[in-house]
Parts: sequence; structure tokens; C-alpha cells
Amino acid sequence: MKQDIAGTTLFDGEQAQKGFALNRMCYSFNSADNRAAFLKDEEGYCRKYGLTEDQRAAVKSRDVLAMITAGGNVYYLAKLAGIFGLNVQDIGAQQTGTTVEEFKAKLAAAGR
Amino acid sequence: MARIIGGVASTHVPSIGKAIAENKQNDPYWRPFFRGFDYVHDWLAREKPNIAVVFYNDHGLNFFLDKLPTFAVGAADQYRNEDEGWGIPVSRAIAGHPALSWHIINGLVADEFDVTMCQDMLIDHAVTIPMALMWPGAAAAKASPAKPWPVRIVPVEINTVQHPLPSLARCLKLGRSVGRAIESYPENLRVMIVGTGGLSHQLDGKRAGFINKEFDRFCLDHVVGEPEVLTRYSIHDWVEQSGAQGVEFLNWMAMRGALTGQVSELHRNYHIPISNTAAATVVYENRKEAERKAA
Repeated sequence: MKQDIAGTTLFDGEQAQKGFALNRMCYSFNSADNRAAFLKDEEGYCRKYGLTEDQRAAVKSRDVLAMITAGGNVYYLAKLAGIFGLNVQDIGAQQTGTTVEEFKAKLAAAGR
Repeated sequence: MARIIGGVASTHVPSIGKAIAENKQNDPYWRPFFRGFDYVHDWLAREKPNIAVVFYNDHGLNFFLDKLPTFAVGAADQYRNEDEGWGIPVSRAIAGHPALSWHIINGLVADEFDVTMCQDMLIDHAVTIPMALMWPGAAAAKASPAKPWPVRIVPVEINTVQHPLPSLARCLKLGRSVGRAIESYPENLRVMIVGTGGLSHQLDGKRAGFINKEFDRFCLDHVVGEPEVLTRYSIHDWVEQSGAQGVEFLNWMAMRGALTGQVSELHRNYHIPISNTAAATVVYENRKEAERKAA
């Protein structure tokens, strides 16, 4: 049995099944019309895609770690984050419990 | 006969597309990355490829998780990009070479790589950003037949999103099969191979922001002359060493595999960070044994 990698959820078959509705909703955000529709009626949009209660709660609270626990894949979640103008440093900071400046400093430090 | 002249590999981070759109190439943050392409531009001007076979991974533009191939080969006469939802400008379309695509597909399936064949396929930033980095002038031109891209492309997509992923060994073999197919194609083409993505990075989880400079250096040092060394790592090992999205190195392995001759590194640029990623750009030369002896 392989050891888990700390702080990492492999997006495998189990996660893919669990996250299907959430990821499908995020996939729809490739379309500007769909992004606008989500902003106009978030509750209704999530209902239309059949999000589970956990997924709905995670989206509502903008909690990326909870979205991952609920099966979200980061490439799809990034499309949702984009609606709120958040990039991968913003969501990196949120997931690691740091400020965006601290998160960027950590990335820069990895190069030294 | 078609000839494989060499390969270019590059990071494909979406924010590069924004930096290009906002003309930030000379900003202190971006310059260490963009200057890595000065050499690439000289090499392309000198070598004049007219085909690029591009190994990349789709990030939820053409493929969704409902039907996700492990390996997919484009066989279209044109490849469009579309809105990917994260605010980077949409690229102009790039022409394909369907006859070469089908030749490669035939070769792959004969070699027991049972690929998905795509006559209609959107290409995402993992293709369009390296293209824009290599040919900034062509990328910026308005869609017009008078100013085409200097190359036509054959996109080869590898799943790096949903596990189980193909192994490093499998991707190296995939590349070798593509390389053999190209070299048996009767048209007089100058083919370059492109591998996109990586190097170490992780976007998701409490380990977000993970970068491993030492492992990246190990990969860059070995992929040229002894790529087999890297095949000893499982995908699980790779995630551990290179981060959850560091698995995009599979595209580099396939690119390296397609360079079937004597391979040497002409250029390497490595910079941390671009966005959340350790960014790398390389140029590899591919020479036939006979050419090497003559040189």
C-alpha cells in the first residue's frame, strides 16, 4: 500500500466519481454566458448541476480545500476561482492558510 | 522524407498568456523567463521547421471528465482555441496536417498505442502559449491567410489530469513510436517536437506552492542522455518529488522519445517562480548518426 503524500489528494477514480457534478459545473464556466448566469443566480445554477450538499457548501463558502474534499479537480476549480478574479496564488494562499504575499514569498524562496 | 530536427520544451502556465497580452515581457518578474526564448527564436530562424508535433495535456477545454482519453491525436486541418474561463486571450487558430496526423495514428496503433482520433479538437493554453512564445509575431497577427503560423501542427494530448495516468516509460515509448512514424513519412518536412508543461509545481491542497529545484535539475540533467533513468519513478513518486501538476513532465518524456537520433541540449533556461511553477525552457538537437559522423 502506498503512503499518502501529505497535503495532496490524487484526483483518481474515487475523487472523479465524487466530484463529477461540481467539476461538470466548473467545466461549464468556459462559457462567458454561463459565468454570468452563475453570478446572477448562484443557488439556481448549482441546483441545475445537481451539486451535493457538501459541494454546495464548499462553493458557497469559497473554500477550496473543502471543494477538493468534495471531489473538485483543481483545473476545473480554477475556472470557478476565475469568476471571482482569483488566480492560483490567491487560492494557494487560501489553501495553505497564508496571505498572498507570504505565499508568493514562499514560491520565490524555492528558487534560491 | 520527413526529418526530425529537434525539440523544444516549455512551461505553459496560463498567466504567461496574460503577460504577453499586457506586454510585460521586460518586467523584472517576467524577464528571466521570456529571455529564455531569445535562443529559441534564433534556433527556429536557423532551422526553419514547418511542422510541430506538440505533446501537451488538456486542462478541461476539449476534454471533460465524462470521456477522457489517455492519449489523443489531432487529425484536423485546423485547430481552434476558445475561452478557457480564466481570462487569457483566445489565440488565433493553427493549421494542421491531417495526412501526417493519420500516418502517426496508423503508426501508433500498429505499435499497440490505441489512441483516440480527433478530427475536431480544440487546443488549450498548453498548445497556444508555447506557440506564442516561439512565434510571438505570428501569435500577435490578426487571423489572415497572408500571415500564417510558420508551422502546421499535430497535437498529441496526454492525460495528466485524472489518475491513473500513463507511466513515464509508456510516454517515452509513445514518443518513440511517434518519432518512427514521422521518419517514415514520405513528404519532405522539417519536423520539430514540442513538449509542454512542468516543471515542479502543485496548485491544490495544503501542499500548494510545492516546488523542487533539486529534482527539476535531476530531470533536466537526465532527460537528454538517459531518459530511462527517469522511468524508474512511478507516477506516485513523481507527484511526491515534483508536485501534483509536475506530472506534466509526461509531455517532456514523450517529446524526448520522439527524438530518435543523437540528442544534445543546445539551450536550457530555468527560473522560479512563474506563477506557482518552476519554469523551464529547453532546446534539443536531434541528429542522425550519419550526420553526427559527418559533422
